[in-house]
Amino acid sequence: MKILYFAWVRERIGKPEEEIEAPAAVATVGELMTWLAARGEEYAHAFDNPRVVRAAIDRTHVRPDAPIAGAREIAFFPPMTGG
Amino acid sequence: MTVRLQREDFDANAEAAALTRGRTDVGAVVTFTGICRGTEAGEPIAALTLEHYPDMAEAEIARHVEAAHSRWRLLGVTVIHRYGRIEPGENIVLVVTASSHRQDAFAAAEFLMDYLKTRAPFWKSEERAGGARWVEAKQTDDAAAGRWAAQ
Repeated sequence: MKILYFAWVRERIGKPEEEIEAPAAVATVGELMTWLAARGEEYAHAFDNPRVVRAAIDRTHVRPDAPIAGAREIAFFPPMTGG
Repeated sequence: MTVRLQREDFDANAEAAALTRGRTDVGAVVTFTGICRGTEAGEPIAALTLEHYPDMAEAEIARHVEAAHSRWRLLGVTVIHRYGRIEPGENIVLVVTASSHRQDAFAAAEFLMDYLKTRAPFWKSEERAGGARWVEAKQTDDAAAGRWAAQ
């Protein structure tokens, strides 16, 4: 699946997007964050406080307990500051 | 419904006029323009840079415009949100609502702005003397958006 990062999540990880294959045991957005955080220092830094990182699946806001099965695009980003 | 995400500036008066042109059922137009401030908490800001998630931003704003339509009697809505580098005094965001009576236009414009602040995938970075800094989300903005859900 395609993973997108925005704002300081993007800066900390050092790239705007990537293709990943998470193991089947990773079932929810929250579990995906935990799995990503273990991929390296830059990921650990981005997800060091996972409660402040927001997520969207296929361009719709979701909570950490949302299942990721069937998702094409998952985005991680800080709380929004538009308007 | 018009939703546009663009780098260029917009003309608030022209957008408001477009919602009433050729019709006589509109009795109220509310226009809200969000503008880049030159100081934040007493510190000067050289510019804001807005990052966004293009496809989601458009879909998310459209969903909220639809929600506004189902909640109030609206005759037209235009939302324009800029991205990229914006200097103090420049426009950032425009919400225009048209209705027969003012209450619907006022309420819908405020609802849309409150949701844009907390749900539309845009992130502001401030250019200050010490470097660039991501703007932190405000709890007061969450509270402002939350009151619409409670009603």
